[in-house]
Amino acid sequence: MRQSIVQWFKFASPQSFYPLAGRLIPWFWSAAAIFGIAGLWIAFFVAPTDAQQGEGYRIIFVHVPASWMSMFIYLVMAFWAGLGLALNTRVSGMMAQALAPTGALMAALSLWTGALWGKPMWGAWWVWDARLTSELILFFLYLGFIALQAAIDDPRRADKAGAILALVGVVNIPIIYFSVKWWNTLHQGSTINLNKAPSMAQTMLWGMLLMALCFWMYSIAVALMRVRAIILERERHTEWVKHAVE
Amino acid sequence: MQWNSIGEFFAMGGYALYVWGSFGACVLLMVAEPFLVKRRLSEVRQSLIRERLADELDSQQRSQ
Repeated sequence: MRQSIVQWFKFASPQSFYPLAGRLIPWFWSAAAIFGIAGLWIAFFVAPTDAQQGEGYRIIFVHVPASWMSMFIYLVMAFWAGLGLALNTRVSGMMAQALAPTGALMAALSLWTGALWGKPMWGAWWVWDARLTSELILFFLYLGFIALQAAIDDPRRADKAGAILALVGVVNIPIIYFSVKWWNTLHQGSTINLNKAPSMAQTMLWGMLLMALCFWMYSIAVALMRVRAIILERERHTEWVKHAVE
Repeated sequence: MQWNSIGEFFAMGGYALYVWGSFGACVLLMVAEPFLVKRRLSEVRQSLIRERLADELDSQQRSQ
């Protein structure tokens, strides 16, 4: 096997992943701060008032990034869980476990900001519409994954059970994404589309993308912090962990 | 910039509750989560350090 590939596989061991994660975390925090400040500046001081929704539309700058991350983190979590199931690598299961609470937080924020946006614009905090309901199911999938793993004492068995739940739940992601197309929903269609020009002002789009990058960097930073805690907790019987903490 | 005063900025054109309720929740949770994770990490670190000290004391006593 080529040397470069072998070097990447090295990080599949908790012992070499732990210090790598530690070195990466400050970079992701810095990136999150920079994107966050730039994004908030555009969101509040550059982006113009919306013609229809007035200032109320500014919720978009947190609602869309939180919703994107809630779906994306689920895919990444399911990927790691599946990899762990297939290859039985230790770090994979830990990564999946580290991502779940952050994904649940993003889903909760998506639902919360959505409710606060729905009330003034639709006149209802909540409707049982396809988009909202499937996002709520995503939130419950995260909670179910966390609860299932917490209920099983042996971490390797918990990883396996969680992985199956995570992989079955993946079917929900395209349902959320395409729900506004497949069903006649109250929720508006996607503002950003891969095959046509975005239906919003340039500055609004930039603000949203910067906020999405901020949420992305935040998620990576906090998940790496959590995976370090999980590594120490699970590997505490090993010799290297005893020397890893000073 | 579309704000003529600080009051106007905080009023958010009448949508203050909704806009600040959304951004506030995001800030709150995105500050609380890293704080809790940091505490979890330092708790496991502390217990590992205690464990190692206990091991060292143990081996010292045995050698005496």
